[in-house]
Amino acid sequence: MATVAAAGGSEEPGARPGTDDLAARLKVYEGQPAARAGMGKDPVNLPMIRHWCEAMGDTNPAYQGPDAVAPPTMLQAWTMGGLSGHTARTGAYDEMLTLLDEAGCTSIVATDCEQEYLRPLRPGDEVAFDTVIESVSARKTTKLGTGYFVTTRTDVRVGPELVGTHRFRVLKYAPSGPERKPPPRPRPVVNRDNAAFWEAVAEERLLIQRCADCGVLRHPWLPGCNACGCLDWDTVESSGEGTVCSYVVMHHPPFPAFAPPYAVGLIELAEGVRMVSNVVGVPYDKVRIGLPVRVEFCRYDDDGGALTLPVFRVLDGEA
Amino acid sequence: MGAETTRPGVGTELPALEIPITRTLIVAGAIASRDYQDVHHDAELARDKGSPDIFMNILTTNGLVGRYITDCFGPTAQLRKAAIRLGAPNYPGDTMVLTGRIEEMDDETRTATVRVVGANSIGNHVTGTVTVVLTESTEDRGTVTVTVADEVDS
Repeated sequence: MATVAAAGGSEEPGARPGTDDLAARLKVYEGQPAARAGMGKDPVNLPMIRHWCEAMGDTNPAYQGPDAVAPPTMLQAWTMGGLSGHTARTGAYDEMLTLLDEAGCTSIVATDCEQEYLRPLRPGDEVAFDTVIESVSARKTTKLGTGYFVTTRTDVRVGPELVGTHRFRVLKYAPSGPERKPPPRPRPVVNRDNAAFWEAVAEERLLIQRCADCGVLRHPWLPGCNACGCLDWDTVESSGEGTVCSYVVMHHPPFPAFAPPYAVGLIELAEGVRMVSNVVGVPYDKVRIGLPVRVEFCRYDDDGGALTLPVFRVLDGEA
Repeated sequence: MGAETTRPGVGTELPALEIPITRTLIVAGAIASRDYQDVHHDAELARDKGSPDIFMNILTTNGLVGRYITDCFGPTAQLRKAAIRLGAPNYPGDTMVLTGRIEEMDDETRTATVRVVGANSIGNHVTGTVTVVLTESTEDRGTVTVTVADEVDS
């Protein structure tokens, strides 16, 4: 799909990361479970307690010997997925994180931890837990970058008994800083067979190749005619009018220069040839087969230099 | 720091606890809490993510705050709640100084609400509130805070 995406990328307002559109899509996850019927990977046990106390420098005798209890602040540790990962995570939580990743909020940092301890955990206790996504904040700009605070609440149980609650807040953010500038857009591959097409685009004209012998129009540009094999050709200038013949919405894989999701259209020009490009002027999820569109020329100036690309705008009142 | 002879009450300041933030502490704390995020043990990957070095994870901070409270009030003190917020990261080579003050005291249940701050050279790494029940035997010790003071001095 990289070559398709290279035809234009996405500039639709609705597809840009961090707009209210994203906040609204994140809000949907509030109240949804993040982990269901999770089980601690190990029962509460003395070796893990001892390792914890060694690391923390905690010599409290309550955590040692035959009547040892676990340090209360280990509550979350018993629920951790470790290197082998979480098995109880729901699709909702992963979906939400993917949305944030795709919007450029790829970094994560824990900001708050609020725990309540209802009774001490003892070696042998089998810990079970359920986690709910309590809230997702509006977009916030912090010293680290811009992103969203996600708060989860985990109820920790041993058997039916609630032994503790654990509220956890993370900031999922796009790191700030100049090094985060998106890479330049990929450039079209220009060769002797299609150079005239790109020269015309730079002058904001859309040219269609025409066979000099049989008169059949063709796109993309080729050395010879598919209909009659003739190598001679000339061009006609397209009116730029067309309709969406087909389309795809790119969600994954993310391409560094573009912010998914975005729509890539197959446009059928009034002259009859088809062309892959972007459909602009409507959110990615409003693109439909049959929408009337008209070419417009989009100018970019990034680290790769100046670039003009043909894109197709949905006619007013048609979306 | 001298011996504390009065019963802890509102306004009582807990003796400070100085914690050298070593690379070993950060990594050991992360692994003991089963947190394998690379930013807590791999300096190269941490730098790739825009951090100058590895930094302490929140579970270790929480563990240290818990330790600070039970160090001060003794092994029979029962933690009820711990609510912490992170600020300036704990990077290797820094020192965090934990201080605390009793903000509220319910004399009937002997429940203290302690405001805790952990400051490093950048700013406040952690601010939070811990609710702890001081059991009879805790108070029988009478001089609970001496233990910590001795430890800090050593």
